[in-house]
Amino acid sequence: MDHIVIIGNGIAGITTARHVRKNSNSKITVISGETDHFFSRTALMYIYMGHMKFENTKPYEDWFWKKNRIDLKKGWVKNISYDSKELEFENGEKLNYDKLVLATGSVSNKFGWPGQDLEGVRGLYSYQDLEYMESYTKNIERAVIIGGGLIGIEMAEMLLTRNIPVTFLVREGLFWNNVLPKEEATLITNHVKEHHVDLKLNTELKEIKSDANGRVKSVITSTGEEIPCQFVGLTPGVRPNVDFLRDSGIEINRGLVADEYLQTNKPDVYAAGDCCELKTPPAGRRPIEAVWYVGRMMGETLGRTLTGTKTKYQPGLWFNSAKFFDIEYQTYGTVLSKLRDHENQFYWESEDGKKCVKFVFDKSSNTILGVNNFGIRMRHEVWDKWLKEKRTINYVIENLDEANFDPEFFKKHDSEIQEKFNKENPKNPVKVRQRGLFEKIFS
Amino acid sequence: MKIIKTLGLALFIIGFGIFIGSFFTANYTLTESILQEKVGTPDKASAFIANTNMIGKEYSSNFSFISALAESFEKTNRSQLSKYGISDEEIQNILSLNQGTFAIATIDQVFGNSERGQYKSAAFREYGGWLDGREIDDSFKKYINKVASDIKKYKITNDKGFDKYSAKALKFSVTKAASGGPVAASPGLFLFLTFIVCIIGAFMYIVPKINDGPPGIKNNNIFFSAMKNVGWLGIMTGTFLIAFYVFLYFFPEYMTNWVIMVDPVSMMLSGNGAGHFFLYGFIYTVSILVMGVRMIIKYRHSKYQIFRTISVMFFQTAFAFIIPEILIRLNQPYFDFKNMWPLDYDFFFDNELDTLINSGGLGIFMLGWGIALFLIGVPVFVYFFGKRWYCSWVCGCGGLAETLGDPYRQLSDKSVKAWKIERYLIHAVLVFAVVMTAGVLYSYWTESDVLLGVNTKDVRSVYGAWIGAGFAGVIGTGFYPLMGNRTWCRFGCPLAAYLGIVQRFKSRFRITTNGGQCISCGNCSTYCEMGIDVRWYAQRGQNIVRSSCVGCGVCSAVCPRGVLNLENKDEDGRFQALLIGNDGVSIQK
Repeated sequence: MDHIVIIGNGIAGITTARHVRKNSNSKITVISGETDHFFSRTALMYIYMGHMKFENTKPYEDWFWKKNRIDLKKGWVKNISYDSKELEFENGEKLNYDKLVLATGSVSNKFGWPGQDLEGVRGLYSYQDLEYMESYTKNIERAVIIGGGLIGIEMAEMLLTRNIPVTFLVREGLFWNNVLPKEEATLITNHVKEHHVDLKLNTELKEIKSDANGRVKSVITSTGEEIPCQFVGLTPGVRPNVDFLRDSGIEINRGLVADEYLQTNKPDVYAAGDCCELKTPPAGRRPIEAVWYVGRMMGETLGRTLTGTKTKYQPGLWFNSAKFFDIEYQTYGTVLSKLRDHENQFYWESEDGKKCVKFVFDKSSNTILGVNNFGIRMRHEVWDKWLKEKRTINYVIENLDEANFDPEFFKKHDSEIQEKFNKENPKNPVKVRQRGLFEKIFS
Repeated sequence: MKIIKTLGLALFIIGFGIFIGSFFTANYTLTESILQEKVGTPDKASAFIANTNMIGKEYSSNFSFISALAESFEKTNRSQLSKYGISDEEIQNILSLNQGTFAIATIDQVFGNSERGQYKSAAFREYGGWLDGREIDDSFKKYINKVASDIKKYKITNDKGFDKYSAKALKFSVTKAASGGPVAASPGLFLFLTFIVCIIGAFMYIVPKINDGPPGIKNNNIFFSAMKNVGWLGIMTGTFLIAFYVFLYFFPEYMTNWVIMVDPVSMMLSGNGAGHFFLYGFIYTVSILVMGVRMIIKYRHSKYQIFRTISVMFFQTAFAFIIPEILIRLNQPYFDFKNMWPLDYDFFFDNELDTLINSGGLGIFMLGWGIALFLIGVPVFVYFFGKRWYCSWVCGCGGLAETLGDPYRQLSDKSVKAWKIERYLIHAVLVFAVVMTAGVLYSYWTESDVLLGVNTKDVRSVYGAWIGAGFAGVIGTGFYPLMGNRTWCRFGCPLAAYLGIVQRFKSRFRITTNGGQCISCGNCSTYCEMGIDVRWYAQRGQNIVRSSCVGCGVCSAVCPRGVLNLENKDEDGRFQALLIGNDGVSIQK
C-alpha cells in the first residue's frame, strides 16, 4: 500500500488528500506546521472582523479526518532526501513516503525595504500572521498598508472594523491598476475612498522607522512624507514558499517547476497550488497562479494521477472573484489591464458608479474573450459555455439575462446595457429585453 | 449620530426597567363584587367568601396575593367536599338499611330532605344508579365507597367548587381585577412609559445605522459581542425570555400588571379588555415591526431581504394581530387566516370546530380555508416556490425569527450530529401532532374520549403543554440568544417538517451553486439560521436541496463571491453539480 505524504494542509493539499481517498485505499499523511486542521485561508479576514470564529472557517468537522483515514501530522519539514524518500522535521523526526505532494503555499513578498523586519510590520497570509496582527493592532492610532492588491484592501477593511484609521500606499495611479483596466480600477478606487481610507496613489514606501524598542514608529513615503503609525501591513503580493527546499536538489525557479502532470524533476514528487510553477502553462494562463481555485483544481487532478489515472492539469477558462468592501467582483475569460492589439471592449457603468461590466471581444471576429463584472453576479456555467462556443459580443449582450446570477427582485440592468450597446454600435444593434410590469414597478 | 444612538439605548433601558419594575409594584385588594363578577355563579362566590379571609385585605405583592388566592380555592374545595360529600357514617347507614339486595330508594332516608341531602341523593343516583337491585355481597361495600369517591372527585369540585381549569382562569381574571397601584390607576401612562418609550428608544438606536457606511453586509464584530455570541448579555436576555414564556404559558396571573398596560389597545381594537395572549400578541407584533425596520436597514442592499421582511411584518400585523381582534368586535370567531395546522395544533379541537361550525357562513369558510391551506396550499406553493413561501414570508414564528432573531442566526449548530438530532426530533413531533389530531377528531365524531386505551384529551393536553407551550415558546424563542433563532422551526415545528418533506422530494426550489467560484470561507454556513452546512455543498459545486431550508436568502447575501442564489427552476438537474471550472476532472457524484 502506497504511503502518500502531502506537505501543506491548504486547499491544494487537502483536495489532493480527499480525492486520493475517494479513489484508493492508500495511506495518506498530511503535514502542516501552521494549524491542526484545514481552514479557509481566504476567510482569515472574517475572523479578525468578528464575522466568524476560527472554527467556522474549517470546511470539515474535526472527526472528518479520522473517518476518512487521513492522518494529520503537525510539524515543519526541514529537509527532504529524494533518494531515500525521507522527510526530516525540524525536531529531528523522520518520515518516509512513497509519493510526495508539495503544497507549501506562499509567503508574503518583501522587497528589501529598510525597516521591513521591525516589530509591528507584517503581511497577511498565514494563521500566525493573523495572530500577529491581532496582538499588534490593539489600541493603535494608525496603520499603514503598503501594496495596492487584494490582501491590502482586505487588511484595510479589517482594520477599519476596529476603528483604526488606515493609510494605504499604492504604487500605481489607481487601486489594483496592474490587474484591472482603468475604468474598473477607478470605480474601486472611489469606493475605497468612500470608506474613509486615506488612499495615497502614486506613492511608494521608502523606509519604515523604528522607535527605541525596535517597534515601528512611522513610515516614510517616496514623496518624503512621514506618517506616524504603530502597524504596517506589507501586502505587495506573495511568492511561492519554497525557500526551505532551495538546496534540496529539486528544480526551483520562482516556484517548484512542474510538468503538465504536476510532476517535479524528482521521481514521485509532485507540486500543487501556490508553490507550483508550470513549465508549459495552458494557453492564456500564467506559470504561477496563486489563487484558491488553482489549488483546488490541481488537487483534483493529482487525486487521479496519484491513484493510477494519469491526468493532465487542464484548468477550464480562467475565472476569479473578490470583494472590495461592499462591491463584489467576478471575472470570466481574459480581461487584461490594457487591451491587446486585436481586442476591443464595451463598458457599462451604473449611474451611482457602484456597478459596472466590461466586455472584451476580438476586433475582427467579434468573438467574446472575457468579462469583468462588479456589483452584478454572473453565472459561471453560462460564461463557460459562451466562451467555449466562441459567441459574438452581440449574442452575449442580447442574452445577458441568461447569465445573470443576482438574487430575486434585484434591479436588472441588461436592458440598460443593451441600449448603451446599441447607441455605440448603431450599425449592428441587439434586441433590447422588455421589462416586465413587476420589474417596472419595483425598480 | 452617536449621541442619538446612546440616548436611544438609554431610553430603551429606562422603558424596559419600568416594565420589569411594574411586575412587582402593584397592590391587590379582593372585594366581594369582584368575586361575584368573575366567578359568575353566586353560590360558588359565597362559598369562596365563606372560606377566605382575603376580602378587603390589601396585599403588597402578586406572590402573596396569588398564594393566598390559591389557598382559598383549595380551602373552599375542601369545605364543599365535606359539606356535599357522602360521609363514612352515611355509607354505614345505607348499608344497615339494606339487606340482601340494594334498594336505591333507601338513600333518601339517609340523606334527608335538606338542600344538601337532595344534592347527595341526586349525585348518588347519577354515579351509583347501577347498584339498584344488586345483591349485597362482599364487594358491595367497595362499590359504594367507589361511588362516594367518584362523586367527590368528578362532581362536587365541578358543581360547588373550583376545578383545575376554572381555578387557573379565575386566578388570572381575579388578580387582574383586584390590581391596584400606579399601573392600574393609569394604564395609558404606563403603556407610554414602557412600550412607547422602548419603541422610541429602539428606533433612535436602530435608524442611525443607515449612516454607518455604504449599504452592504455588516457583520462586523458579531462574534465579539456579549449579546450575539452567548456572552453575559445574551445569557441574561435568554434567561429573561425563558422566564417570560414560563410565566406567560403556565403562570399568567403574575403578569397582570403588564396586561393592564395594554388594556387601552385591546379596548380600541376588539372592545374588550386584554388577556395575557393579547399582551403576547402585542409584544410579538411590536417586536417584529421594530426589529423588521432594523432588518431592512441592515440588508438595504438586498431587495429580496427588504420584500421578505415587509411581508412578514405585514402578515403579523394584519393577519395575526389586527384582523382577529376586529373579527371579535364583529362577533365572529377569532381566526388567523395565515396560521395553519399542524403548527396551529388546536385547529381541530372540538371547541374550535364547534365555534366555526356554529358561526354561519364565515365560520364554515374559515374551516374550509384552514383545511385547504395545508391540503392544497402547501403542496402547490412548495412545488413552485419552496417552503420559504410560508416559513420566511408569511409565518408568525418565522417572522419573529427573521426580525427579533436575526442578531442570533449565527448561533445555530452546523454539525452533522445536530442535523441527525434535527431529523429525528422534527419528524417525531410531526407524527405526534398527526396522532394527537387523529385522536381528537375520533373523539369529536364518536363522542368517546378513549381510543386504544388512551384518553385523547390527555394526549392533547400533553401536546399543548410540552410542544405548544414548552417547545415552541419557552425553547423556541427563549433560546434565541443561546441556540439561534430557528430552534423551534428546525427541531420542532410539525408544519416545517411537512413543508420540508414536500420541498425535498417535489419542488422546483433549490439554492444554486455558481460553478467553481466557492472559496470555502464559511460565511454561508455560519449565517444559516437552520444550521445547514451550505459550504459543504457549495465547495463541491453542488446545488443545495435540503428539507429544512426556509429560503431566507442570507447565505446568498453574505457570500463574498456571488456563489449562491435561491432559484425556482426545472426539477431536472436540481441535485446535480454542474461545473467546477476544471476541464481535466469531472465531478463524481
